[in-house]
Amino acid sequence: MSRRKSPSPEELVEKLLSGDRRAAARLISIIEDQSDQANDMMKMIFPHTGRSMIIGLTGSGGSGKSTLIDHLIGRFRAMDKKVGVVAVDPSSPFSGGALLGDRIRFQSHAVDDGVFIRSMASRGYLGGLARGTTDVVRVMEAMGNDVIIIETLGAGQDEIDIIHLAQTCILILTPGMGDDIQAMKAGIMEIADIIALNKADLDKANLCLSSLETSIHYGMDKKKGWLPRVVPTIAFASKSTDVRGVDELVQAIIDHQAYLHETRKIDEVRNKRIEQELGLVFKDEVEKVVFAGIKGTGKKRQYIESIRTGKSDPYSVVKEVLSTFLRV
Amino acid sequence: MAQDTTANTNPDPFAGIAPVKNLSGFEINPLYGPEDVKGMDFERDVGLPGEYPYVRGVYSTMYRVRPWTIRQLGSLGPPGEANKRIRQLVDMGANGISICLDMPTIMGRDSDDPLAEGEVGCCGGVAIDTIQDMRELLAGIELDKISINFVSNSQSAVILAMFCALAEERGLPWNLLTGTMQNDALKEYQAQKSYYFPPRPSMRLIMDTISFCMRNLPRFNPISISGYHLASAGATPMQELAFTLANGFTYVEEGIKSGMSVDDFAPRLSFFFKVHNDLFENVAKFRAARRIWARTMKEKFWAKNPASWRFRVHTQTSGSSLTAQQMENNIIRTTIQALSAVMAGTQSLHTNAFDEAFSVPTPHSERLALRTQQIILHESGAASTIDPLAGSYYVEALTQQMEEACEKYFQSIAEMGGVIAGIEKGYFQREIAESAFRYQRSLEKGARIVVGLNKYTEEEESPIALRELDSEFEKNKVAALKKYKEDRDQDLLRAKGEELRAVCKGRDNVMPALISAVRAGMTLGEAIGHMRDIFGVYREQAVF
Amino acid sequence: MSKEKIKVIISKVGLDGHDRGAKVVAFLLREAGMEVVYLGMYQTPESIVKAAIDEDADVIGLSYLSGEHLVFTPLIVKEMKEKGLDDVLFVAGGSFPPEDIPMMRAMGIDEVFRGGSLTEDFVSYIRNHVGKKGAE
Repeated sequence: MSRRKSPSPEELVEKLLSGDRRAAARLISIIEDQSDQANDMMKMIFPHTGRSMIIGLTGSGGSGKSTLIDHLIGRFRAMDKKVGVVAVDPSSPFSGGALLGDRIRFQSHAVDDGVFIRSMASRGYLGGLARGTTDVVRVMEAMGNDVIIIETLGAGQDEIDIIHLAQTCILILTPGMGDDIQAMKAGIMEIADIIALNKADLDKANLCLSSLETSIHYGMDKKKGWLPRVVPTIAFASKSTDVRGVDELVQAIIDHQAYLHETRKIDEVRNKRIEQELGLVFKDEVEKVVFAGIKGTGKKRQYIESIRTGKSDPYSVVKEVLSTFLRV
Repeated sequence: MAQDTTANTNPDPFAGIAPVKNLSGFEINPLYGPEDVKGMDFERDVGLPGEYPYVRGVYSTMYRVRPWTIRQLGSLGPPGEANKRIRQLVDMGANGISICLDMPTIMGRDSDDPLAEGEVGCCGGVAIDTIQDMRELLAGIELDKISINFVSNSQSAVILAMFCALAEERGLPWNLLTGTMQNDALKEYQAQKSYYFPPRPSMRLIMDTISFCMRNLPRFNPISISGYHLASAGATPMQELAFTLANGFTYVEEGIKSGMSVDDFAPRLSFFFKVHNDLFENVAKFRAARRIWARTMKEKFWAKNPASWRFRVHTQTSGSSLTAQQMENNIIRTTIQALSAVMAGTQSLHTNAFDEAFSVPTPHSERLALRTQQIILHESGAASTIDPLAGSYYVEALTQQMEEACEKYFQSIAEMGGVIAGIEKGYFQREIAESAFRYQRSLEKGARIVVGLNKYTEEEESPIALRELDSEFEKNKVAALKKYKEDRDQDLLRAKGEELRAVCKGRDNVMPALISAVRAGMTLGEAIGHMRDIFGVYREQAVF
Repeated sequence: MSKEKIKVIISKVGLDGHDRGAKVVAFLLREAGMEVVYLGMYQTPESIVKAAIDEDADVIGLSYLSGEHLVFTPLIVKEMKEKGLDDVLFVAGGSFPPEDIPMMRAMGIDEVFRGGSLTEDFVSYIRNHVGKKGAE
């Protein structure tokens, strides 16, 4: 489908760096589509990134992720920080479409120009993020956002890509939903830097709180330096004066960030992020090269046929293809 | 299915025919017979009208002695204009009037609220800011003779306060006042979405209004537990039945919890149903509702007063079934629906005008809607006998089927922790949205036909004159409101505000403070504002 | 530059709370392979347009059910113009008198879908017109 008239890649990047939100939004679309221009643009953008605070939130549906994020945005705005938010939702495996309903929770920031919110559909990518999320976060950094909040899909068990991308990972649990136990079993606690126990006014909250804290103390290697902090919260209340724990959560984030910077762990964290991005780019480029090579030649069909009829196998096919296209 | 195979040469004439499902999703057999009602004990399960379990009707004589109330919607934006419309309807033969509020009033805002801009008096809803508006709206109407139904929900306590204050001014004792208020918060959370306060305070307000009416306005129905809006949002007749009753039982539980004795308040609970195109499904729905309500009130809630067992219902023909295409077809739809409501034994009925799909009806279309009921009453014979479809294998089987399906819904809701828990989990919203989606799909696939919409469509539409609405109204209203506000005793008003807030914080019945506040000139928006500060604001958690 | 997925904002504006149609359409568009950003109720022209910008939306779709269509349509058109969304489609569905439709078009809306419109109507409209508005 054709698209509207658009500025050149250089123009877009220039606008982005000056904080133009339309440019940012367009760039993000280009990245989502993984078009060729995306890489060129990312090259131009990259040098202007790497300085923002990146926070990831994960937790199952209904845990109150979005509502907590809504409060966090407010607190950071009160500190006069610019905030970028990426909210990921699943794409339908059947139609390829998606229903992106996270923005609805951020009503209090609906007309604040200091907040840039982008919904992303996973587009089949497994891992809790969308394929382009890592690049999108770079774009938001280059745009001038001081804090970037990523809301992932899922409960953080299989979907843990966030841990490579975010500096501070927050896991949201709620008492009595069973995901606290699941999380303990899956060892997710070792991954989360902060655990927000939301809906802390519910029945089993105190029990949950103590068992979480016990698990952390006995299960963790204290030499690691940062003990995951559990913060009870009540994100949703009909009166804003009844909301609880948000200040403590913000403090935990600030403390964790301070820890990262003071111990220089932030470099390790940044390295992990780069490593993940590198891996993704490699994978994409190799795939592109290979597919560009055999596209339209009918070779793919031939290969598949030969495997099916027993003449070959996937490993031999790949070796042959790689040796042809990558001189391996 | 009953088949006398010895008489038929073809053992199964229906083999291979496409199945037909009604709106509720029940498969409808081509033929019903004694087999389908085996096990039914007519005396026990159906009985007589006016007798437990009231399947055949809540009163023993029904329309033979007193026809259903012809209750038409009669509002317009400007209270003075609404008043004229009400009087016209009364002259034409309506004995009850429903009054809709404009969007700002529905959302608890005065006409001068910045959020109200552009929507004051919109769409045939009357703008009620102050008791002055109430005076204009009800001028010259005998409130003890004409039953006024206020279609108000979250703001009901304030509307009731103004109504009471007005009656006082006129020297009309409260115990003579007749009328109804919708006042049903649960369906707001589930479907209509014009809620403001969270569930607890909403329940408190509803219980306050119910107990106030119980003691002071015995002829006034303080609540109209509604299925109509659930259906409009997409609920099938089956869901409408199950969810409305579940809501009703929740109110009963709340009433008992608040300290009232069930037989004191249950007789004043009334209901509001929609009637769709399937005539028989509707009749079954109503009959099942009466049976389930009677049984549950008697056996579960231990109500002893027969008045507590009676499911009294107001009905409106289905607005969402009306099409914009070939609008006159809506006259036929409304007629069938109205006929169904009469055969189902409704206590009052509103028939939609054919252009109601997108405008406030013109006097012409309004009259037609009214005449529809009058023709049914006087010419069709449907009102000559009570529960005419009783004994029909089809209708009795369908009634039983709906009742059984209801029990399953009640079980699911109970497992969830009740209606309010279900609302917080988004259960009703999801069920309703899914039904809406399925219905749309069925239209598109052609599995369900709507004449003029997906079949027998026309290219050209003949223009139909629609009612002109007063575009200057908003400006004038805002100006009038400004002056009204200036002319008040500001100190008294401030004191009344404090009083109201104190009552809201405490546990006393909110009505006396509200009545005294509106008498002092407090506006609806101001009253709701005080209440919002104390009670908080509800935000929907589950969206999809 | 072409775009993989069509992005649509579905919203209600003003005080009206009837969201059945908006939700059904959101589902249908997802089934048609589009990415739908659902804004829900009580939005303003400003919040809708801001969402359209941040999300790089191709279409803004509004659901009107309580007579607010003549009030809000020009406000949204104005906001779109001011923020430079010349190439974004603005469509609406819902319940309004047929004679108001030419007026809405004159106010700047791109297309109006009356109650009873079928999925095919608006999906094919969107597919055929995305990217063409304001194109040279």
